[in-house]
Amino acid sequence: MQRDDQRDEVEMLALMLLIRRFEERASQQYQARKIGGFCHLYIGQEAVAVGAVAATRSDDYIITAYRDHGHALARGTSAGACMAELFGKETGCSRGLGGSMHFFDKTNHMYGGHAIVGAHVPLAAGMAFASKYRSEDRVTLCFFGDGAINQGSFHEALNLIALYKLPVILICENNLFAMGTSVKRSTSVKQIVDRAEGYDIPGDIIDGMNFREVRDKLAEIIGSIRKDSHPAFVEVRTYRYRGHSMSDPASYRTKEELEKYRLDDPIIRLRAQLTREGKLTNEEFDGIDKKAKETVLAAVKFAEQSPELPVERVYDYVCIDGAKP
Amino acid sequence: MREITYRQALNEALAEELERDPNVFLMGEEVAEYHGAYKVSQGLLERFGPKRVIDTPISENGFAGLGVGAAMVGLRPIIEFMTSSFSLVAFDQVVNNAPNMFMMSGGQFNIPITFRGPNGPAHQLAATHSHATENLYASVPGLKVCTPATPRDAKGLLKTAVRDDNPVIVLEAELLYSSKGMVEPPDEELLVPLGKAEVKREGSDVSVICYAQTVPLALAAAQQLEDEDISTEIVDLRSIKPLDEKAIFDSVAKTHRAVIVEQDRPFCGVGAEVCYRIQKNIFDALDAPIQRVSQEDVPMPYNERLEKFVLPNADKLISAVKKVCYA
Repeated sequence: MQRDDQRDEVEMLALMLLIRRFEERASQQYQARKIGGFCHLYIGQEAVAVGAVAATRSDDYIITAYRDHGHALARGTSAGACMAELFGKETGCSRGLGGSMHFFDKTNHMYGGHAIVGAHVPLAAGMAFASKYRSEDRVTLCFFGDGAINQGSFHEALNLIALYKLPVILICENNLFAMGTSVKRSTSVKQIVDRAEGYDIPGDIIDGMNFREVRDKLAEIIGSIRKDSHPAFVEVRTYRYRGHSMSDPASYRTKEELEKYRLDDPIIRLRAQLTREGKLTNEEFDGIDKKAKETVLAAVKFAEQSPELPVERVYDYVCIDGAKP
Repeated sequence: MREITYRQALNEALAEELERDPNVFLMGEEVAEYHGAYKVSQGLLERFGPKRVIDTPISENGFAGLGVGAAMVGLRPIIEFMTSSFSLVAFDQVVNNAPNMFMMSGGQFNIPITFRGPNGPAHQLAATHSHATENLYASVPGLKVCTPATPRDAKGLLKTAVRDDNPVIVLEAELLYSSKGMVEPPDEELLVPLGKAEVKREGSDVSVICYAQTVPLALAAAQQLEDEDISTEIVDLRSIKPLDEKAIFDSVAKTHRAVIVEQDRPFCGVGAEVCYRIQKNIFDALDAPIQRVSQEDVPMPYNERLEKFVLPNADKLISAVKKVCYA
């Protein structure tokens, strides 16, 4: 595993910036009514998906919930395919049939984008079951929010994962709010990571605003799982700057709280670390940011100019053999 | 051909598919060490080992979802529900994840999974354990539903389901597990296609459309009706979805009369859909309004006499047949 490599870290910073700029542009396009349905932005949480991807092998399985734009972009899905998906176009990563909450990219081992809270945790168990069944050393990374940990499917999956010793890292992105309900009002345990203890799964807490900590701790856990199949649980403490979805003004929290987290921004933090260590100049950073903005603008153009799937083809996506009712 | 039970037929189907494809595994409550709550998986653990025949905790939503995830990356799980009533605990995985994945992912992930287990009222199991789920599942696009009535169909449909690249739910009939029927010898590959009905008895006066438990019921009624000079054609749907419209229309166009006998409930039941399609497509062929025989629209009572009252039976069917024949 390559780590602490200067080029890699600058690349990872660029990826975080790409996600940030993508989400800002998605927000704008949503307000311009180019994007329909629900749209959940990842701004503030970039270090989690990017840090995790930096710790994985490209054939490890990644699966997440509905706040999935960041994970797909981190995994290598193009900004164009992601934006086109939001626009509902055929060139989207799910052909415009899944939308914001259902980003899939088989080539890059991104297994969705799942919008029923907690319902994808059993799927992660199944993917990891398959790896073990085939004696592969792949690890499954299963991301979910703090809202998922009180769902039955989460608990059933954790029990199965522990029982069958499946190679899964359960990554709880604790952004403190399940929609508008704070963890304090939803969860009986003081710390989310304590949930893992009930299933005999080793747990850890990670500062999700610190890219290096996310990457290094996950890399260590992944290494251990690869050697000998077992589950692990991490509570990654992070924060979303925007509301739960585009329609949420987030009036359930204070400006002061938001400002406190903004000062601890994961992008600013990694940039400062790299600058301090002489690995990145201000000019270089500006260049990276400019490129991210250009990439996203090109993605919007691509999405706008892309065709939609013809209506009569909707039946092609019911059964793979085209079976009709 | 040799005579075996419905239970043995299912067991052979499972064994043959486990043998044929290393990606196939069987998972569910009590399927391994206990040999299945209804002994359908007898001997499979010993033959295929604990890697491929896997006991689960009582955790339907969990292991059904595990199956869907395993199918996403290319395995072909057979997920047993001890009864389809318990599949309701896993409704989200069966309805929301398995059949939606192909559309949601823009065609990147098909889910080659088989859900199976006994379905419908058995005997005095009361409301929670007596659900007939075929109409619930048949209303979900992307899910195929089959309902074998004979050992031959049980084996052939289950084998086909396992090989299908889409989610299929095989709704077996607990009350038929010990029933016997002629089935091809094990060295002869038996695959019954999904979406193909079968005429189980030819007749000329009335078409009785049935499936699963109502097939033997209809065959018994047909025998009685024969004595009263009413010739009954029995059309066994075998699959609820895809539905074999042609077989239904061919039979009704011949007899001009139709009765649908189903084990589910009347409101939005399978018969409602079949009835709609007949009148829409071959209205002019009908000589009488279509009749339906189903359960009463109530939760299933435990009391034996009340349960009998709620269920479809031969008398109810005979009376419906006479009504459409104006006899």
